[in-house]
Amino acid sequence: MRSMTIPSLAAVAALALAACGGGGSSGSSAQDGPISGEITVLTQRTDIVDTVFADYERRFKEIHPDVEVTFEAITDYEGEVRIRLNTQEYGDVLLLPDAVTKDQLSQFFEPLGSLEEMSRKYRFAAEKAYEGQVYGIAITGNANGFVYNKRVWEQAGVTAVPTTPEEFLAALQAIADRTDAVPLYTNYADGWPLGATWSGHRGALSNNPNAVNETASTDAPWAPGSELFVIDSLLFDAVQRGLTEADPTTTEWELSKQLLGTGQIATMSLGSWAIVQMQEAATNPEDIGFMPFPVQVDGQFHAVISGDYKQGVNVHSDNKAAARAWVDWFADQSNYATDQGGISPLLNGPEPTSLSDFTDLGVQYFELTPETAGQEGLVDRIDDEAEIGITEHLYRQRLIDAARGARPETKDQIFAELNQRWAAARAETD
Amino acid sequence: MSRAVAFPRRLTPWLFLLGPLALLALFTYVPVGTMFYYSVTDWDGLSRNPDFVGLENYLEIFTRPELFEVFVVSLYYFGASFVQIVLALYFATVLSFKVRFANLFKGVLFFPYLVNGVAIGFVFLYFFRPDGVLDAVLAFFGAEGLIRQWLGDPAAVNYSLAGVSVWRFTGLNFVLFLGAIQSIPGERYEAAELDGANRWQQFCYIILPGIRPVIGLMFILALSGSLSVFEIPYIMTGGANGSETFVIQTISTAFRFSNFGLASAMAVVLLAIVLLVTWLQRRLVPEERGA
Repeated sequence: MRSMTIPSLAAVAALALAACGGGGSSGSSAQDGPISGEITVLTQRTDIVDTVFADYERRFKEIHPDVEVTFEAITDYEGEVRIRLNTQEYGDVLLLPDAVTKDQLSQFFEPLGSLEEMSRKYRFAAEKAYEGQVYGIAITGNANGFVYNKRVWEQAGVTAVPTTPEEFLAALQAIADRTDAVPLYTNYADGWPLGATWSGHRGALSNNPNAVNETASTDAPWAPGSELFVIDSLLFDAVQRGLTEADPTTTEWELSKQLLGTGQIATMSLGSWAIVQMQEAATNPEDIGFMPFPVQVDGQFHAVISGDYKQGVNVHSDNKAAARAWVDWFADQSNYATDQGGISPLLNGPEPTSLSDFTDLGVQYFELTPETAGQEGLVDRIDDEAEIGITEHLYRQRLIDAARGARPETKDQIFAELNQRWAAARAETD
Repeated sequence: MSRAVAFPRRLTPWLFLLGPLALLALFTYVPVGTMFYYSVTDWDGLSRNPDFVGLENYLEIFTRPELFEVFVVSLYYFGASFVQIVLALYFATVLSFKVRFANLFKGVLFFPYLVNGVAIGFVFLYFFRPDGVLDAVLAFFGAEGLIRQWLGDPAAVNYSLAGVSVWRFTGLNFVLFLGAIQSIPGERYEAAELDGANRWQQFCYIILPGIRPVIGLMFILALSGSLSVFEIPYIMTGGANGSETFVIQTISTAFRFSNFGLASAMAVVLLAIVLLVTWLQRRLVPEERGA
């Protein structure tokens, strides 16, 4: 098999090319200059760049006729832009990749204003802020929960939204017994639906906005009763009881939307952004419901809301004033968030219709507290050092493999090993 | 010939070589050089000033035996490469004799190698999925008992993936073998036939010795290929379910855990292992010169 020489070389080249650019000071123009010139806007929405975004361009030009806007839609947004950040050519306006740690923000992006001032107008402002400066405004916001097919759940005789993990599993069992649907679909093969869509429940279980920050000060994030323990146990138990798809390794995200829409899948753990996509794929959009994680605090459901990608301005841009105008216009006037069923970044923005289920259930929303000064990015650094990836899918794939008997490990063994790796990494990270 | 003419003439081959050499340096040696540099830093993929950490990354690799466990997966691909070489040699031998539709068969065999690796990954995802093509074929022949989760069953997944690899790369081996076989002068077969040698004897005493260097080359490629398997498992399973290879692990280290320094060191170690194994193989199975 001479197979892999070329791809592995390509990987090496990617590693190497990743830092070919670099250096250099900020661009020539200033944000308060004349609003004119050409700007390139990077977007991850390959699906609507020629339709919805073309309309945005037209509306933007009505206000700022001297600006030429070009879009560049990127399929593997995170992976590609991350590498391009090492050059100076990463568009004028872009979505801030998650790989950039907070202390690196000022290397790549223009400050948009002080945190104090920005938080008076926008939600999620602190998520990409460092030392009191905000570097990006959220394009939309999401709540985390389970997207489900109401018709299937009713067929199984489950009418009340489960309030404990046990009730949730019992409901899944009822679906398995009384319908042909897959009770809970993991989307194992695509990977990402096992990442942040599950870890995003953190905070909601304990009604604690500090939940994520506190993982930096514990040696056992998977200790019995902890949030990660409850979340990952729910996944593990569902798989172990055969309540998920039979062959997880051949799942497919695009197909799963139709399967949920037509009632062949009952439930998936996702962000609220997925609701609109599911409704589009459904035979009857009314079937698509959204429920919070099955844990209540003081008799109430809670859900964490967080910003989607934040849009910011390239520090090397030649037309910063025009780029800034686009960022402001997109957040304030494009109506992108509401049109896409998300939470508006504007504090006084409209309530999203997609979350009407949460409103009916009286779900309380809150944002996670940003890490305190000096602690920025600490949780992520420990996570990287431990090579666990709480917001990634790798260890959850391992959990699923163990739960379905494809790996000779128990849940407790895996959690113990994760705890041990976390503790070791914590000791090494300052 | 005067000196004034001789000098540029000696220069001519270098002028022709300038283009390819520049490309080779730019896209192979410079990146590999920078990779060596990253391997002694703690670069996270973004920061402007990575810290020099000396041999720390290498120390970490060799004090973490679990990083090498994934080489077990390479054994499946190495085993499969024997199947692949035997198949390729068989078809090359058969098609080097006069066979009806020989060119058609050559095309059919070589075709998979021309298909993009990503496309192959997706094609075989559909092939292997439950109630997919493979299951349907097995059911048609009444062999339902053999049906399993081809990618989901941990006992089957690496065989399935290695099988895809055989399908993909047999064509390349086949063409190389065919070229080598056809360079053997035809008179030898004629002489052998006059002496009453049958096809099997012709294969053993004419073809096999005639293409020994190519077979040796195939084994080196098979070894280095199976140590650095990447494309097929990465596309089809992402390394899940016990199909992770060393290169996939390296990619995760760099792009998921932002540790480009360690990942570069892992890439250097892989390079060293491939070189070492190749050298060992050359020592153990020496090549006869001019066979």
